[in-house]
Amino acid sequence: MAASPTLAHGFQYAGPSHQAETAVAGMWLFLATEVLLFGGLILSWIYARHFNPLGFAAGARETELRVGTLNTAILISSSFTYALGLSFLRAGNSRRLLHCLALTLLLGAAFLALKFGLEWHDDFRNHLFPTDARFKIVGAENGGARLFFSFYFIGTALHGLHMTVGVALVIWIILRARRGEFSARYHTPVHLVGLYWSFVDIVWLALYPLIYLIR
Amino acid sequence: MNLWLPAASAGGVDTDRLLWALLLMSLAVLALVFGLLFRYIVKYRASSTLDRGAVAEKTWTFETAWTAATLLVFFGLFVWGADLYLRLSLPPRGALKIYVIAKQWMWKVEHAGGQREINTLHLPTGRPVELVMTSEDVIHDFSVPAFRVKHDVLPDRYETLWFTVTRPGTYHLFCTQFCGLDHSKMVGEIVALPPAQFGGWLERNGGAGTLAAAGRVLYMRYGCSGCHGGEGAGGNQSGSTVRAPPLAGLYGNPVPLSNGSVIIADDLYIHDSIVEPDKQIVAGYAAIMPSFAGQLNEEQILQLVDYIKSLGAGKSLAPDTTP
Amino acid sequence: MSSVASDEGVAVPTGETEGSYLQDGYTIRSWLLTTDHKRIALLYLGSITIFFFIGGIAAALVRLNLLVPEGLLGSEEAYNRLFTMHGIVMVWFFLVPAVPVTLGNFVIPLMLGARDLAFPRLNLFSWYLFMAGGAITLWALFAGGVDTGWTFYTPLSTAYAKGHVVLAAVGIFISGFSSIATGLNFIVTIHRLRAPGYTWYKLPVFIWSMYSLSVLLVLATPVLAITLLLVMLERLFHVGVFDPSIGGDPLLFQHLFWFYSHPAVYMMILPGFGVVSEIIPAFSRKRLFGYKFVAWASISIAVISFFVWGHHMFVAGTSIYSAVLFSILSYLVAVPSAIKVFNWLGTMHKGYISFDAPMLYALGFIGLFTIGGLTGLWVAALAADVHLTQTYFVVAHFHYIMVGGMVSAFFAGLHYWWPKITGKLYPEMWARIAALIMFIGFNLTFFPQFILGYLGMPRRYFSYAPEFQVLNVLSSAGATILAAAYLMPLGYLLWSLVYGERAPANPWGATGLEWQTRSPPPTINFLRTPVITQDPYSYQPPEPVQHGG
Repeated sequence: MAASPTLAHGFQYAGPSHQAETAVAGMWLFLATEVLLFGGLILSWIYARHFNPLGFAAGARETELRVGTLNTAILISSSFTYALGLSFLRAGNSRRLLHCLALTLLLGAAFLALKFGLEWHDDFRNHLFPTDARFKIVGAENGGARLFFSFYFIGTALHGLHMTVGVALVIWIILRARRGEFSARYHTPVHLVGLYWSFVDIVWLALYPLIYLIR
Repeated sequence: MNLWLPAASAGGVDTDRLLWALLLMSLAVLALVFGLLFRYIVKYRASSTLDRGAVAEKTWTFETAWTAATLLVFFGLFVWGADLYLRLSLPPRGALKIYVIAKQWMWKVEHAGGQREINTLHLPTGRPVELVMTSEDVIHDFSVPAFRVKHDVLPDRYETLWFTVTRPGTYHLFCTQFCGLDHSKMVGEIVALPPAQFGGWLERNGGAGTLAAAGRVLYMRYGCSGCHGGEGAGGNQSGSTVRAPPLAGLYGNPVPLSNGSVIIADDLYIHDSIVEPDKQIVAGYAAIMPSFAGQLNEEQILQLVDYIKSLGAGKSLAPDTTP
Repeated sequence: MSSVASDEGVAVPTGETEGSYLQDGYTIRSWLLTTDHKRIALLYLGSITIFFFIGGIAAALVRLNLLVPEGLLGSEEAYNRLFTMHGIVMVWFFLVPAVPVTLGNFVIPLMLGARDLAFPRLNLFSWYLFMAGGAITLWALFAGGVDTGWTFYTPLSTAYAKGHVVLAAVGIFISGFSSIATGLNFIVTIHRLRAPGYTWYKLPVFIWSMYSLSVLLVLATPVLAITLLLVMLERLFHVGVFDPSIGGDPLLFQHLFWFYSHPAVYMMILPGFGVVSEIIPAFSRKRLFGYKFVAWASISIAVISFFVWGHHMFVAGTSIYSAVLFSILSYLVAVPSAIKVFNWLGTMHKGYISFDAPMLYALGFIGLFTIGGLTGLWVAALAADVHLTQTYFVVAHFHYIMVGGMVSAFFAGLHYWWPKITGKLYPEMWARIAALIMFIGFNLTFFPQFILGYLGMPRRYFSYAPEFQVLNVLSSAGATILAAAYLMPLGYLLWSLVYGERAPANPWGATGLEWQTRSPPPTINFLRTPVITQDPYSYQPPEPVQHGG
C-alpha cells in the first residue's frame, strides 16, 4: 500500500504524501486556534484603548520605538531565512538548509535578547511595570498608562512564550537535519515548524503598532 | 402551593400577555410533537402489520414548509418581545427618581428628599418611578418579580430601571446576579403605597435635608467651589484662581469635549467626571482636576450629582462652552 | 539519506488479523501509552464517568440544601462552593467532552472506514491534558473550592472572591487545550481520512455533527483560554482589564466569556443531534428523512451560534438595540433545531419502530429537547427574558437541553454502540427500565423549576422565601429518582462486561460502516479497507414475519 518503498508512514494513511498533506492541514488549523487566542487579547487591548486613549498614548510614548523596530526587522528576516532554507531543502541542498536554520535561530535569539534582556529590563528599571508602587507615569494618565503596560507585558510575554517554543522547535529541526533526516522528498516537520514560525512573526506584526506606533 | 404571581405593574401586565402567548405556542407545538410521536409509536410499531404504502422520497416540500412556518412564528415572537422590551426600557419624562446603591450584601435607597432606607423601598403607585442604580463593589441585580423587571447593577456605572406600580402592596426584591457569600440574603421589600400615603411616609421620614442640600455641603467641603465657583457659576469668578467649567445649567445639556465629540451631561457623566476627571475633558479646559475616587463614596457622589442637577433648571450655559 | 523516518512514527500495530483491540496488550502500560483511538475512548469514558458522579454528588447536595427555605446545609459558603463545583465539573469535564471524546473518538474512524484518527499521539496527549486539567481543577475544588459560580463573573472573581479561583482557572485553561486538540484531530480526520468513495453526502449525520462541533471547539475554546488568562492575571497582579475600580470593564469579560460559552452550549447538544440521527433511522428501519437538511442544520447551528452570545446579557447593561439584534439571531439559531425535530418525526413516519433501549433514550431526547428548545424561545423574547432570566426558569431551561437532551443522547449512544465497544450485549430489560425512570425522574426534578422561575425564585440562592418550598421539595424528590436512575446503567453495564452475552458484529441490523467490522473491532479497525458505494441509512423494511418488537 505504500507509494514509496523507502518512506515509512503512519498506518492510517494511504501513503507518505497523504500523511504530509494531512499534517500541514493540521498545522493550519492549529494556527487558526492561535489566531483566536491572540485575537481575544488584541480585541480586549483595542477595547480598553478606546476608553483610555490618552493613557495608552502616554504609555506608548515610554516604549523604545527603535528597539521595537529593530526587532520587527529581525523577525521578518528570520522568517525569510527560514523560508529560504526550506526552498534550498526542496531543491535538495540540505547543507544550505542548515546554514539558513542557524541564521534563523540566531535572529530568534537576538529578538528574545533584545525584547526581554534589554527592553523588559529597562522597563522594570524605569518603573513601568503596572503594579510598581513608583509607577513612572503619574497624574491624569496614570490609570490608562498602567492598563497599557498591563497589556504590554501580557502581550509580549505570551508572544515571547510562543517565540521560545519556536526557538526550541528550530533547534529540534537543526538536530534532525544534522542527522540527515530531511530530504527533498521528506521535509514535513521543516514545513510545519516554518508555518508556526511565520505565524509567530505575524502576531508580532499585530503587536508592534499596538505597542510602539499608536502614540 | 401558589402557581400564579399576579403582575403589579403596568409593564408587567404587558409582559404577562407575551408569556401567555409563549405558553400557548409551546403547548401547541408540544401537542403536535408528542401527538405525532405517540401516534407513530403505536401505528408504526415494528409488530404492526399495517400496510405502510409508499414512503415519501422527495422531502424538500415538507422541509420548506416547516422551515417557513417556524421562521414566521419565530419572527412574530421576536417582534412582540423586542417591541415591548424597547418600550419598557426607555423611561418616560418626569418619572420619580430614586437612587439605589447596591453593596455586598444590602440595598441602600436614597430618596430625593433625603429619606434613606436599607433593604426596603417605599414607592407611590400610579406614577412612573425611575431607579438610578449603582454598585459599590461587584455586579448585583435589582429584580422585582411582581413587576416583571430586572436589571444588573454595575460598579462605576449608573443603570436605570423604571416601572409604574398599579397595585399597593408589599413585594419581594431579590438580587439575582450572584454576588458572593450572602447573595441569597441580599433581599428586600418593595412597599407600594397610594400617592397620598406615600406623601405621608415621606413626611414622617423626612431626613436631615434633601439630597441636593447634602450635596451642596460636600461641594463646599471638598473644595469643588474653589474652581467651579460658588453654586457652580464657573471658574475665573471673583476669588477663584483656576479656570474650570461652570456647572450651573449643565445637566441634560450637550458638552463639547476636547477630543471633538459631544456628550450629553447625564448622571453617569457627572459621576465619571468626579471619579475619573481626565476621561472626558471639556473642550477648552486643561486636565487639571484631581480624581475624587476613594475620597467620596457612591452615596456622596450621588448627593453631589443631585446637587449639580439642582443647579440646572432655567439657567443657560456660560458663553464659552456653548458652541 | 535512503532510510527516512516518518514524522508520525506510528508503527503498524500487532494483531492485524487475530483478536480485537481489547486483546492487544493487557498491561497498564499498554493502556496508558496507547495511541489506538478505541482505547483512548475507553480511557476517556472512565474519566468522564468519575467527573459525572463528582458533579452529580455536588448537585445532590445542592438539592438537599434546598429542601427547607432556610437551607438545610447550614452554610452559605459550602452551598456556594457546591453549586460552583457542580457547574465547573459538569460543563467542562462532562458535558462538553462527553460524547465527542468517548463515542466520537471510538466511532468516527470506524464510520469513516479509517484505521485511526489523523494524529493518534495528539489524541493520547489530549487525554493527558484533560486529566491534568481535571486533577488541578479537582484539587482547587477540594482544597476549599471556588465561590464565584462557573461563570467567573468579574469583578467578583478577580477582586472579591475568596476561593481558589486561579487554580480552578488554570485547570480549565489546560483542559481547554485538550478540547482544541480533539476538535482539530476530528476536523482533519474527517477531511483527510475518509474511505475511498466516501463523498460528503454519503457521510452519516453523526459525522456532520461531530464536524460542526469540532469547528466550535477549535474556534471558541481559545477565546475562553485568553479570557481565563486575563482573569488569572487580574486576580494575581491587579492589572485592571475587567475590574472597573482599576480601569477595566466587567462587561468586556461577559462578552468574551459568552463568546465561548454560548457556542459551548451547542458543543454539548450537537453531538446529541448526531447520536439521535443515527438511532432513529436504525430503529425505524427507514432512511433518515431530509438527510441534507439535517446535515446542513448542524453546520448552520455551528455558524450562527457564534453570533448569539449577547442573549446572555439582555439585562446586563449593554445597549438595548444590540439586545434586539441578539434576540433575532437567537430565534434564527433555533430554526435548524426545529427542523431536526420535524425530520426525526418524519423518519418515524411509516417506519417499523422497535423499542430497544437506545431508541427509548432517543425518544426521551426528542421530548425533553423539544421542551428545552421551546422554553428557549421564551428567554429569546426580550421582554419575557427580563422577567425570566437569572431565575430557576433559566436553570430548568438549560437543564432540559443539557441533561434532558445531551445526557439522554449520551446514554442512547452508549447503549447503541456498547456491543461494538465491548463486544458484549447489555441486559435489555434493565436498560429499558432505567431509560423510563430517568425520563420520569428528570421531569419531576426540573419541571417544577420552570414554575419556580416564573414565580421569581432567583438562581444560586442558599435560602429562599417560604412560598417556594413545595416546588423545591418536589424538585428534590425528583432528583432522588434521577440519581437512582443514573446509578442503574453503571451497575448493569459493568455487569455485562463480565456476564453479558457475546455481541455479533451488527446486533441492530444497522447500516453504518462501524457495524461491518467485528465487535469489538480489531486494532486496525478494518482488515480490508472498505469502499463506499451506498448512501447512508439505506434501511429496508423488514421481512413481514421476522419482527417481535
